[in-house]
Amino acid sequence: MSHKSMNLTLHVWRQKNAKCDGKFVEYKADGVSPDMSFLEMLDVVNEGLIAKGEEPIEFDHDCREGICGMCSMVINGRPHGPKERTTTCQLHMRSFKDGDSITLEPWRAEAFPVVRDLVVDRTAFDRIVAAGGFITAPAGTPQDANALPISKENADLSMDAAACIGCGACVAACPNASAMLFVSAKISHLGLLPQGQPERYIRVRDMIAQMDAEEFGTCTNHGECEAACPKGIKMENIARMNRDYIKASLTYRPATSGGGGAG
Amino acid sequence: MSVAEQSIAGAEARGHGFMASSVGRKVIMAATGIVLFGFVTVHMIGNTQAYMGAETFNGYAKFLHSMLHGGGIWIFRAVLLAAAGLHIWAAVTLTLDNQAARPVGYRTQQSVASTWSSRTMRWSGFILAAFIVYHLLHLTTGQAHPNFDHANPYANFVNGFKVPAAAGFYVVAQLCLGLHMWHGVWSVTQSLGLAHPRYDSLRRHFATGLTFLVVGVNISYPIAVLTGVIH
Repeated sequence: MSHKSMNLTLHVWRQKNAKCDGKFVEYKADGVSPDMSFLEMLDVVNEGLIAKGEEPIEFDHDCREGICGMCSMVINGRPHGPKERTTTCQLHMRSFKDGDSITLEPWRAEAFPVVRDLVVDRTAFDRIVAAGGFITAPAGTPQDANALPISKENADLSMDAAACIGCGACVAACPNASAMLFVSAKISHLGLLPQGQPERYIRVRDMIAQMDAEEFGTCTNHGECEAACPKGIKMENIARMNRDYIKASLTYRPATSGGGGAG
Repeated sequence: MSVAEQSIAGAEARGHGFMASSVGRKVIMAATGIVLFGFVTVHMIGNTQAYMGAETFNGYAKFLHSMLHGGGIWIFRAVLLAAAGLHIWAAVTLTLDNQAARPVGYRTQQSVASTWSSRTMRWSGFILAAFIVYHLLHLTTGQAHPNFDHANPYANFVNGFKVPAAAGFYVVAQLCLGLHMWHGVWSVTQSLGLAHPRYDSLRRHFATGLTFLVVGVNISYPIAVLTGVIH
């Protein structure tokens, strides 16, 4: 373990609120321990700012263990910084060198308005999930785990998709600010399971309609999302979403007003 | 009304049809892309007859013009024009949407996975569109040709490429075609949902192989004329 401390220069995006224009401000971060997490380094910088009577740098954080998806910031041009499959809270200062210059920016997307400094509003994701990212079966009491046969492969693929924490790094990394990796992960994790089948093709249409209404961009298959995803969500999910959407568009029946015909 | 029914109603209220949706336009992009790269492949294969001399090449041109009593070529032209039109329409509308999706850019953005080919699709596509117009005026209608003869496509081919500037533009356009196809052919499989880990390396290799084949053979034509192999 190294104990040599580092001196860094930060260029941080400061913006008072959604309406104001923002700008980059330079800060010195001296005596940074390589064992600090990136957020702890910012905490120390903020303590210094507060002591000087300045406004601290606002950033989102919650669990600080890589599962809540709150710590959104673009570090030197990469969401959550230089390490693969790592959130900002799990990034340590040993990933940087003494004398490094670090640029910190918020996620940049029309659908994620900046609330303040590095904090963006990601409720567009919640509205996409509310448009169809659930099953409407009455849950009741839990049934036996083996009552519904699911192949191991589909269970694994579904769990891989469900690992998405909704952090928005895919949107931040995408040159088009597309949310298709996120949406396809939500569609896949239900679409691969038996419980998700009844609404599978309604879900894909509704969630894509909401995604478009939120004014996210569209995928041009660069693959930046997959590379930036802290949870390793695969682009294969986007292909599955496209496949389901094509089938849904070909077989869609307009909703009838009269309800069911039987009885 | 259940929650699911409400969301269906919501989607309909937005009037969100296939052609208006992001994924729908990606599918249009991919489907028309198949028509277009299918055409350039057949076009490349047909033109290899330039290496077999004037008689074969002019015979091939005659065959193209006499298919289905002369109607065949117009069917091909109509399909290609529709495909190119839809491809450009989808590209323009999706690009505008994508630019609107990020009105404020980053000070620094690192590319990790994207390629030069994927990032330059708009530029290579734009140059290709300009090239196609020139190519039609050059070797189909003849307005951009120094001494065009409707009865002798082989002579037009040889005389056309004897102008170094014209041959140079053809080579540049073919390199753009290579950049466009390398990302485009692979992208088609992704946009149409034809992805499976078992075929991931196959679709990448298919795109690479087809690109090198089409571009390599196409570039050989102006070079063969300038070096006197075809004369």
